[in-house]
Amino acid sequence: MQVVRMLCRQKNKKLTKGRMEEYMKSAKGTVFKYGDNVDTDVIIPARYLNSSDPAELATHCMEDIDKDFVLNVKKGDIIVADKNFGCGSSREHAPIAIKAAGISCVIAETFARIFYRNSINIGLPIIECPEASKGIEAGDEVEVDFDSGIITNLTKGTEFKGQAFPEFMQKIIDSEGLINYINNK
Amino acid sequence: MGMTMTQKILAAHAGLDKVEAGQLIEADLDLVLGNDITSPVAIKEMEKMKVNGVFDKEKIALVPDHFVPNKDIRSAEHCKCVREFAYRNEITNYFEVGEMGIEHALLPEKGLTVAGDVIIGADSHTCTYGALGAFSTGVGSTDMAAGMATGKAWFKVPGAIKFNIVGKLPRWVSGKDVILHIIGMIGVDGALYKSMEFTGEGIKSLSMDDRFTIANMAIEAGGKNGIFPVDDLAVEYIKEHSKKPYTVYEADTDAVYDEEYTIDLSTLRPTIAFPHLPENTKTIDDITEDIKIDQVVIGSCTNGRLDDLRIAAEVFKGRHVKKGIRCIIIPATQAIYMQAMEEGLLKTFIEAGAVVSTPTCGPCLGGYMGILAEGERCVSTTNRNFVGRMGHVKSEIYLASPAVAAASAIKGKISCPCRL
Repeated sequence: MQVVRMLCRQKNKKLTKGRMEEYMKSAKGTVFKYGDNVDTDVIIPARYLNSSDPAELATHCMEDIDKDFVLNVKKGDIIVADKNFGCGSSREHAPIAIKAAGISCVIAETFARIFYRNSINIGLPIIECPEASKGIEAGDEVEVDFDSGIITNLTKGTEFKGQAFPEFMQKIIDSEGLINYINNK
Repeated sequence: MGMTMTQKILAAHAGLDKVEAGQLIEADLDLVLGNDITSPVAIKEMEKMKVNGVFDKEKIALVPDHFVPNKDIRSAEHCKCVREFAYRNEITNYFEVGEMGIEHALLPEKGLTVAGDVIIGADSHTCTYGALGAFSTGVGSTDMAAGMATGKAWFKVPGAIKFNIVGKLPRWVSGKDVILHIIGMIGVDGALYKSMEFTGEGIKSLSMDDRFTIANMAIEAGGKNGIFPVDDLAVEYIKEHSKKPYTVYEADTDAVYDEEYTIDLSTLRPTIAFPHLPENTKTIDDITEDIKIDQVVIGSCTNGRLDDLRIAAEVFKGRHVKKGIRCIIIPATQAIYMQAMEEGLLKTFIEAGAVVSTPTCGPCLGGYMGILAEGERCVSTTNRNFVGRMGHVKSEIYLASPAVAAASAIKGKISCPCRL
């Protein structure tokens, strides 16, 4: 796994309601890059599953493959990975830990099915985009527009188009998760 | 264009005559499952919903099995949360320590999973019930919450890979070797988003326990589910364990599959997955060097059933675990434990120098009851050999069948009964 210390740009936005909405429509941050088959056991090891507190889980996020992740991650940063991200255990603690660590979006060539579902259900933005996965390196500054699915690598000046969500899933994402979606129905 | 077995079950539960791969549907659920790790998160989510209680107290199963008997105070708090929720909602199928077993061995045994069901469980190995001809799949806690509240779940109808099973397994080769062989062949994402549909005349020679093991590890190939046709043996199992009505679905003859493979059981060999992915498989014949080990675990939702214990006992009979090796054997349910006792299997294990534990997932996910130190190696009948899965990030897990695990405990290195 390639791990990089990044120069992170802290997002110091004070999130009033209006700005929160603006924030959710796009993401901008520095990239942590990982390879194939990042499993949910390394995203959040089972020895920490005697807690379900998001903030506490976040302090152990990625610990078994990247001890520096929690030291360096800043709000808004982005994870980019290769194939089958989030494989293995169905523990929702994995996307919860990633989200609570401050990650604004996960981009991968492909996602494991349960992780994909869980991320949508808890409102963690994820995008499948093989080209972006290949064209983005650790430490790159990347911006993602969720409405258009456009991923811009600001460091390299390149642009990629992520796959759009089916309308039904987009509605869950717009509701910020499955529970809100059902409550609003 | 016909439907696969999985697609037929999903169509029937969505009230549709026909579905096709990629279609998004909402399906009625026959059972919603959770354990002590995933249920507390689901319970918290459900409390945010505008509902009064669960959709059907008979159709929810809560099985604290991962960190029970409680391994520490915080696990005890999680179990307490699940217990109180179960009592408050009068959940019929809540299983306390004493009646509890590892969920995917317990639920079929209790007759809660039958052919034709649609089942979701907040545990990735929920795909196990495909052995009985059910559509069952792992989800997360939020899906579990929504399922408990509404009795429904959304699905993307999966495409399928067909595995045509022919021939008959040789001596000392079992369901575990079949599924490890398949994962080695197609990779850990080889069935991503898809059903793994098993078919063919070779299935009749596979015991129910072999089929549970094979369906159980569909997730290790990325599969949404694994499913077997409902033959006489499956019907016999269902009738023996359940009073629930069941429905037999068969794939259409013109069902469309993305890929097809033929697996000749007679050609398979004892197969071992090397660290750190289940796809890193080698047959016992490919292993020429000595791979010395520190620990053996025989158990889990993959291989803690009676067939597994019987074969391990057959290997251990009159032999002894090599000095310095820890061998931990975990019958998956109380009924299996009892039967193993009556058949004298437990005596064989203890005489061989193994320890026998109460049912728990414990060591499989590095919870407790067999954590590995730095540099240690374990041959395990569990399902995942990821980095740090059973303990230290520099420990190693070799996934294998109960026969290989038992033989390895005796030799102190990776071995098989044919080499004893």
